[in-house]
Amino acid sequence: MSTVATTAPRGETRRAGPGKSHRSRWARYLLPTYSWLVIAYLVFPIAVMIAYSFNKVTTGLAQVSFGWNGFTTQWYQQWNGIPQLTAAFWLSIRVAIVATLLSTVVGTLLALALVRYRPPRFRGKTAIEQVMFLIIAVPEIVLGASMLGLFVTLNLARGFLTLLLAHVTFSIAFVAVTVRARLAGFDLSLEEAARDLGANSWVTFRKITLPLIWPGIMAGALMAFALSIDDFVTSNFVSGSAVPFPVWIYGATRIGIPPQVFVFGTALFTVGILCALASVVIGRKKA
Amino acid sequence: MEQPVLAHHPGRVGSGRRPQVRLGKALAPYLLSLPAGLWLLVLFLVPLIVMLSLSLQTCNFGTGACVMTWHWAEFGQQLSLYRGQFLTSVYFAGAATLIDLVVSFPIAYWIAFYGGRKKNFFLLMLLVPFFVSFVIRTVVWQFILSDQGVVLGTLKNAHLLPQSFHVLATGYAVVAGLAYNYLPFTALPLYVAIERIDRRVLDAAYDLYATKRQAFTKVILPLTVPGLFAAFLLTFIPALGDYVNQTVLGGTSNTMIGTVIQNSFLVNLDYAGGSALSAVLLAISLLGIFAYSRLLGARAIEEYL
Repeated sequence: MSTVATTAPRGETRRAGPGKSHRSRWARYLLPTYSWLVIAYLVFPIAVMIAYSFNKVTTGLAQVSFGWNGFTTQWYQQWNGIPQLTAAFWLSIRVAIVATLLSTVVGTLLALALVRYRPPRFRGKTAIEQVMFLIIAVPEIVLGASMLGLFVTLNLARGFLTLLLAHVTFSIAFVAVTVRARLAGFDLSLEEAARDLGANSWVTFRKITLPLIWPGIMAGALMAFALSIDDFVTSNFVSGSAVPFPVWIYGATRIGIPPQVFVFGTALFTVGILCALASVVIGRKKA
Repeated sequence: MEQPVLAHHPGRVGSGRRPQVRLGKALAPYLLSLPAGLWLLVLFLVPLIVMLSLSLQTCNFGTGACVMTWHWAEFGQQLSLYRGQFLTSVYFAGAATLIDLVVSFPIAYWIAFYGGRKKNFFLLMLLVPFFVSFVIRTVVWQFILSDQGVVLGTLKNAHLLPQSFHVLATGYAVVAGLAYNYLPFTALPLYVAIERIDRRVLDAAYDLYATKRQAFTKVILPLTVPGLFAAFLLTFIPALGDYVNQTVLGGTSNTMIGTVIQNSFLVNLDYAGGSALSAVLLAISLLGIFAYSRLLGARAIEEYL
């Protein structure tokens, strides 16, 4: 997930291919065909989701059936037809907004420390990096289970607050990794120039550093928002009576999925893809 | 990094600077990392310690109240009780990881070497599943693999498959779901590793009359080993603890360890048992990360994040 951030700025074109001179048949036909097939495989379930959000329901129950019954836009008109689902969706949005704000500030500060300072001046850097990697690599169930253990021990009621605490925790690591990757090419001499011209630390930060690292911070914030709104495993452990969007859907799998779930899924997908495309386009213009 | 000389030779500091400024400079990395450090300490490291302590306590299943009894036998009991589920998790996660490594290596290779100006577009396509919620993605696979769904239903109506054929509620469906959901975690580290290969090393190989096959097996493949290992860790470890794919696609059989942990915590209120099993998962992850840093260096692993 986080790897894109590392790779995105390194998008410069090199001389193509490992081959010495002309491309082989292998590189010209087989590999591209194969790669497009893999991409089709990755996109296929999303196409199915979008298609089924337009599927008619023939039985009395408002559930998506496995078969195709014909096209309808009924579910888009009745997108808020299931109050619990709509409430779960707005809860997820609220948690995601607050979690994004908190984790972006905290994670960006950490990324600044990690990019600029090394062990002699910054003892404990390696320890923090290892903790960050652990948060990303450990099975999420361990994260959720251990936090539930803490909340139970502290007798903290599960709800909005525990969801928020949990989401900020894993988001910090992802934000820090994303922002750090974007900061890697940061030219420190620009700050020195500002200081030489008489700017104090705060002015330097506000006028030079912040504008330069802003795209990185935005990428980190988008990442945090996406992680929070999508999170199921940890949320399932710490949500208690406050049911967020993915936890509600998981509960609904046992009784049948209402078509509105796919409507929300399609809407989130569309917004996400538009944001991603916008960032790609903006990135290209700047480059 | 910036002006490290100052810290060691205070005499060279400009006369106008006050000592507080230097103190502030020395403290800067700690001040910047303090909020994150505190947060992760209280809400990540402390919970892990609480989890370890819970696994040694004895809990009342009715109320969920726990008392510390240093009950080390909990680990042995849980492991022997749920040995089958642990092995199932290892098989399923292992199979899914293997499939992902094989499926994503060629596409990562193609994007890294032939992606050209469209590299970012192809990377976005690799990430496209992440734009749909994890639970929804898995539910959609339930629709795809269902007996009368888009794929099997069509094949059955064309008499290409017998009517009794089914995938859902078998191990194959779980592995398919895991493989789909974790593919980007495999493909991206592999892409980073292949992309990073210095093309001049390849040129050197060709200059020394290496064939294409030799260049691949003697240069490209060895240079991607750290990426392969990172991809393995980032796919296998999360998949090992997954329970969404199993409960949505696997039916009631083929229970994985994640389902057991979830039930211990949320259904049976057996916090001790659930904590012991989570601690085992944590130990496996730590072992994997430790092996990586031992074999390939501690710095290498964060390059794939």
